[in-house]
Amino acid sequence: MTLIEVKDLHKSFGSLEVLRGINCNIDEKEVVVVIGPSGSGKSTFLRCLNLLEVPTRGEVIIDGTSLTDSRTNINAVRQEVGMVFQRFNLFPHKTVLENITLAPIKVRHLPETEAEKLARELLARVGLSDKAGAYPEQLSGGQQQRVAIARALAMRPKIMLFDEPTSALDPEMVGEVLAVMKDLARDGMTMVVVTHEMGFAREVGDRVLFMDEGLILEEGTPAQLFNNCQNPRTRAFLSKIL
Amino acid sequence: MGLVIQSLPYLLLGAVQTLKITLVAVSLGCILGLVAGMGRLSRRRLTSFLATCYVDFFRGTPLLVQIFIVYYGFPQLLDEGQKFLMASLGMPQLLQTTHIPVFVAATLATSLNSGAYVAEIFRAGIQSIERGQVEAARSLGMTEGQTMRYIVLPQAFKRVIPPLGNEFIAMLKDTSLLSVIGYVELTRQGQLISGATFKPLQIYFGVALIYLIMTFTISRLVDYLERRLKTGDLDRS
Repeated sequence: MTLIEVKDLHKSFGSLEVLRGINCNIDEKEVVVVIGPSGSGKSTFLRCLNLLEVPTRGEVIIDGTSLTDSRTNINAVRQEVGMVFQRFNLFPHKTVLENITLAPIKVRHLPETEAEKLARELLARVGLSDKAGAYPEQLSGGQQQRVAIARALAMRPKIMLFDEPTSALDPEMVGEVLAVMKDLARDGMTMVVVTHEMGFAREVGDRVLFMDEGLILEEGTPAQLFNNCQNPRTRAFLSKIL
Repeated sequence: MGLVIQSLPYLLLGAVQTLKITLVAVSLGCILGLVAGMGRLSRRRLTSFLATCYVDFFRGTPLLVQIFIVYYGFPQLLDEGQKFLMASLGMPQLLQTTHIPVFVAATLATSLNSGAYVAEIFRAGIQSIERGQVEAARSLGMTEGQTMRYIVLPQAFKRVIPPLGNEFIAMLKDTSLLSVIGYVELTRQGQLISGATFKPLQIYFGVALIYLIMTFTISRLVDYLERRLKTGDLDRS
């Protein structure tokens, strides 16, 4: 079943055209990894999927709901689409537990005890049970990012978007975050991941999209793309980073 | 020196009035300022225009003139407005007197003035919160209002404490202008005593000293508050 449909997506910032006609369908439980040089529009594409960026033209349909339709309640759609940011963006004035329970309580109207139970389950899942009472600034980058993943999961989303989740991390912390993401993928979460971690793409991705200059130039299974790519620009990019 | 000690009870009485009107002005100013500050950030053109007019007027004109407009100008406005309504619409006379009590005029003028400064403080505080905070909240499905209430404002409030403290101190000193409309605060009390004793030097030094003690205490208090609230707020670049 198709969960995300993107049709002819364009996005400009002033005169700068960042996305120049993206077409893409993503199925339920699929893990799609988006790669490409910086400035290729990967993050903008991802941010269009929950309307953090408003497309200039084209359509994004999430689980049958068109985001660009003015009648769409975007807050309702966002409850189904979790997002993890490069810079974690945890709420610094709230404890780890409060970071996770806030949206379920205020948005999903979950009773507090239930939200807390859910948060503790998720913390256990990301291996941070002992950090419930800590503030974000007391955690390492890797720990903060794992809390951010737990926070997004607490809304029980159908889709998870990852915007370069390991790019702001010290190298020794990348592994712990990727491990949590692999675990999620194994559980059947539908994921769209913008990353430079080619090992992750190869191991976990069902499909890899190569973007450059605002277009998807090539896509395929990791094996197809990494071992036998057709587009010269894909080849040039991969030769630089592999 | 003996004279200052003798008149100390009266000066302290004035100081209490000074603190009282400052507290009222800045408290009401905070409410006005929050509304006007968020108004300035509104995407609705008219809202942000009106908020900007308010802020520009009260920051761009002297408080003394604002006090005169409220204390002397408003009664005239009320009076002429009432006369006009009575003449043109045959309305009965509603107000026996259009005189505005000194405390009311003092409160109105200083609150409106303070509100304009606080609006800028709040606006800057709200804008200083990283965009990522808003994006994280919105991506979880929170509405704009919820994001403001649970994420932006709590963090902004911590950051505005030092400038709010400065505003409080500035207003505490500026309330001395209220002496010109006969509001008996510290400066006015000093004037009265100095007029009766012919010892302006000692009396006004005493007045100055009391202001200094108040402002010094408040700035230390703000420092302390700032340090206590630091927990859980990490400044990220």
